Amino acid sequence: MRSLAALLLLALPAAADIAPGRATELEHMVLQDCGSCHGLTRKGGLGRPLTEEALAHADREGLALIILDGVQGTAMPPWRPLLTEAEALWIADYLKGETP
Amino acid sequence: MKRLCLLAFLATPLWAGDELTATGDLGLVIERATGSLVLVDRSDRAAVGRIEGLGDLSHASLTYSPDEHFAYVFGRDGGLTKVDILTRAVVARTVQAGNSIGGAISDDGRLVAVSNYEPGGVKVFDADTLELVADIPAAGKTIGLVDVPGRRFAWAVWDTGEVFLGDFSGKAPVITSLGNAGKNPFDAVLTDDAHTYLVGLFGEKGVTAFDLWDDAAQPVKFLTDYGKEGEDMPVYKMPHLQGWAFTEGQYALPAVGRHKILWVDRDSQETTATTPVHGQPVFIIAQPASPFVWVNFATPLNDTVQVVDSRSHEVVATLTPGKAVLHMEFAPRGAEVWISSRDDNKVLVYDTKTREKVAEIPAEAPSGIFFTARAHQTGL
Repeated sequence: MRSLAALLLLALPAAADIAPGRATELEHMVLQDCGSCHGLTRKGGLGRPLTEEALAHADREGLALIILDGVQGTAMPPWRPLLTEAEALWIADYLKGETP
Repeated sequence: MKRLCLLAFLATPLWAGDELTATGDLGLVIERATGSLVLVDRSDRAAVGRIEGLGDLSHASLTYSPDEHFAYVFGRDGGLTKVDILTRAVVARTVQAGNSIGGAISDDGRLVAVSNYEPGGVKVFDADTLELVADIPAAGKTIGLVDVPGRRFAWAVWDTGEVFLGDFSGKAPVITSLGNAGKNPFDAVLTDDAHTYLVGLFGEKGVTAFDLWDDAAQPVKFLTDYGKEGEDMPVYKMPHLQGWAFTEGQYALPAVGRHKILWVDRDSQETTATTPVHGQPVFIIAQPASPFVWVNFATPLNDTVQVVDSRSHEVVATLTPGKAVLHMEFAPRGAEVWISSRDDNKVLVYDTKTREKVAEIPAEAPSGIFFTARAHQTGL
């Protein structure tokens, strides 16, 4: 939870912080690496479904925190070593269908 | 054979030769993003066809009929597809669950079983028609489904740790609980002699062994204390145990959360050595007829493959075949290994003696590679 405050401060339109080339990499990562557990179509697998409908009521900061810190006691790992907070927010927006 | 002789006899020069294809050196490569398969010829080191329309293959595997004529493809979306390798066509398909993870074919080739996540359980189908034969619900996601001799299958449940043996040789299936493996089994594998069903645990340290030769055997947990020192690292891809290596009287196992291979004596289940490796191992596969195992790794360290000598437990070669190496499949006698590089859109063929690349085959985001020789291997 230590980073929640930092995240809330960062809660700006995240897409602006991500270079287009990096956005392509993140999209690829969501499709392929997240897809390993959540499915290429994000309908779920070992991990929960991550479709827009499934995430309709999830807030972007909460999703970004799960991406960064994982979920204790489950197979969801913390991606903080590989992603910045802005990138995690970009992915949260992307999953919710809110990325331009 | 009767038919083959007749065909050969009737063969006119117009279509002789080309029309008769042997399947013994063929294989299928899963193209995970496009829901298609590439048919490959091992001897020609070439792609010879593509089969499309198999749904979501983001986590997919397949198995072969005993005559190597048909493949049964298990897709993420619950699709079970029967593919005719000779005509390169889908001959039957059923979407039998919402979400599935893998399957197996019975030793006699009559039944195909599928392991499902949603709803959790195992469904068994007639291999000819894909008609449902049995539906065995489970209290959660089923994993580690393997065929066991005598028209049986074994599986484990991720959510509860329970392990079951299903006997489908009689009129009605007989399902036996073998006990509890532990917390969150992530995959399981059967030794090549069908003696031991090994279940890897994610929710706690350890591997649990079930003796399938002894009806009264109790599960034995081992490797319960590896990596006590230091913090575990994040696991960015679940290890797979289907290619778990059994070599030199040892199991070569992935240390979950560690960049290590653990070597365990097959008889005593004592840890005999650990090998530090490049990343979190995903597949550890024995090169047939050799002392070596080949290892690939979880993202983001997945551009590398290492070769480890099972006698010295030393890394003897480090290769960088391509971006996002997902799978390795050996020629049945070990001369070559075929490696899928998802992000380079290629399958790479390496000579295992020189460890040099000898060919490249284009494929769209390839993942699993399956040679037809698997038709004759127990537990695959």
